[in-house]
Amino acid sequence: MNQRKYLKVFTKFLHTSLASEFEYKTNILIDLITAILSLIGSIFLLSIFFTNNVRLGGWQFEEALIIQAIYTILNGITNTWFNPNLTEIVKHIREGTLDFVLLKPIDSQFFISFKKINPSGFLEIILGFCLLLFCIRINQINLNLSFLTLSLITIICSICILYSLWFFISTTTIWFVKTWNATEVLRSFLYIGRFPLNSFSFTLRIFFSIFIPIAFITTIPSEVFLGISQFWKIFLEIIVASVFLITSRKFWLFALKFYSSASS
Amino acid sequence: MKKNIIDVRNLSKSFDISSKEPGLKGTIKHFFRRQTKKLKVIKNISFEIKEGEIVGFLGANGAGKTTILKMLCGLIYPSEGSVFVSGNIPYRRKEDFLKNITLIMGQKQQLIWDLPPIESFLLNASIYDLDKLEAKRRIKKLSDMLEIDEELFIPVRKLSLGQRMKSELLAALIHEPNILFLDEPTLGLDINAQRNLRKFLQNYNKETNATICLTSHYMKDITSLCKRVICVDNGSISYDGNLDILLKRLSPVKEILIVCRSEDDAIQLENSGFSVKNKTKNEITIKVENNSIISSLKNILNNFEIEDLYINEPPVDEIIGKILIKKDYDI
Repeated sequence: MNQRKYLKVFTKFLHTSLASEFEYKTNILIDLITAILSLIGSIFLLSIFFTNNVRLGGWQFEEALIIQAIYTILNGITNTWFNPNLTEIVKHIREGTLDFVLLKPIDSQFFISFKKINPSGFLEIILGFCLLLFCIRINQINLNLSFLTLSLITIICSICILYSLWFFISTTTIWFVKTWNATEVLRSFLYIGRFPLNSFSFTLRIFFSIFIPIAFITTIPSEVFLGISQFWKIFLEIIVASVFLITSRKFWLFALKFYSSASS
Repeated sequence: MKKNIIDVRNLSKSFDISSKEPGLKGTIKHFFRRQTKKLKVIKNISFEIKEGEIVGFLGANGAGKTTILKMLCGLIYPSEGSVFVSGNIPYRRKEDFLKNITLIMGQKQQLIWDLPPIESFLLNASIYDLDKLEAKRRIKKLSDMLEIDEELFIPVRKLSLGQRMKSELLAALIHEPNILFLDEPTLGLDINAQRNLRKFLQNYNKETNATICLTSHYMKDITSLCKRVICVDNGSISYDGNLDILLKRLSPVKEILIVCRSEDDAIQLENSGFSVKNKTKNEITIKVENNSIISSLKNILNNFEIEDLYINEPPVDEIIGKILIKKDYDI
């Protein structure tokens, strides 16, 4: 793979997406306000659960805020890249514009995953990181290289799991043509990731660890931040992320064999 | 001798098609138990196309023209048979192959809607790994050929259909492909825009020796661009050859409108053994076979008092219309 070319194309995607979005200034402003209000609302909701110093699944409010911060970062990434691109796959397939993607000398998965960027999602990412820094301060977490490396690895793994799940569902459009609801269900499940996994019943914990691995997406990175995660969990998250990424890739290549293109 | 750039052997394509009965009952039945059947849309076709050729694919809606084009450019997998395009198997979509071809569809667009076309061109240039200077040189060259200039800097959503189509062409040709697949490129364009597009394609073919495969329902596109046509009827090739020969075969007669000096001269002409189509006062229209047109004209000029005459070709649309309903052409 020609990395220089892919970097150049990615920069162009970034440029064209920003230029497209900046055509509609009011929309950007509304998106930014929505991101701020949404974060305030989520923190308020979380604080209600922890009124009177209640512990939820063994987590204090200050600790649970880390999960909220990671959720906000992931939601920002979802809104920046996954939402504008992966929901577009359905449109590409229904309207047959995937034809143009497939005939370009570039990896089709890369093209449809990164073509559009929603700049208002950046604010959520920044807000998430600000909240994370605040949590590091109030939880008196010591920053060192191994801690930062592990945190980064788990967050990247979370992004990979989330992306793969979403991409996998969107790929099924090649057979089912319309799968909007499935991606909406995935988003709803992601909301659950704002709460510590231990706060759910055993059955739900199993469900959110095995079937829809929301637990891996937010709880494990948060545990790393608090220094309470075990190595086997981190290792497991890396394995899950790799399996999900490879499977989604293979599934896409397999699905393309069944692409029949929309009629003209 | 020019080499074959496209080689198709015994190509077939089948699709699973689901059908639904009308009404609510049919909808419910369709939801729970979908009935699908295999439909063979392309049936065992074979043909070759030489480098630099412009070939028109003719056929009624649903005949299979677009499916053939999509298999040639590698968008869909053939069910049976083989396809080679510039030595490549298209559906493998190898980078070298993709850099060599382009697909232009009149009813679909790849330009970024909210931005001026130049942004889409530069994006495509980076996808085709062209450096900035080379990309600008090609944009300049193609925009001169397409006669677009200011339009490059106006958001696509504000351009007319004709300007958009020219921009689509530029976006699709920035990598200077050797093989062009055009599916209804003039769809919805006004007469001038159609003419300009055809002129551009002719020039592009002349300058680059590019091979062009074209489908269109505008017969002018076919007659002014293609020497060779492939007629597709219900997934099979019913004719593959020279367009002029096909037109002559399907319409072996010409019509001659003769303006006689007087009505008596017209009556005399009417009774002289010609096949008369119609007659009004001193004007008479006769049908003459293509191979006897010269002798008939000599006969008329030498033996009758005439004021004027016009030789009319039957309208191409009418003849091609026959292709769309006719089954066999024994050429």
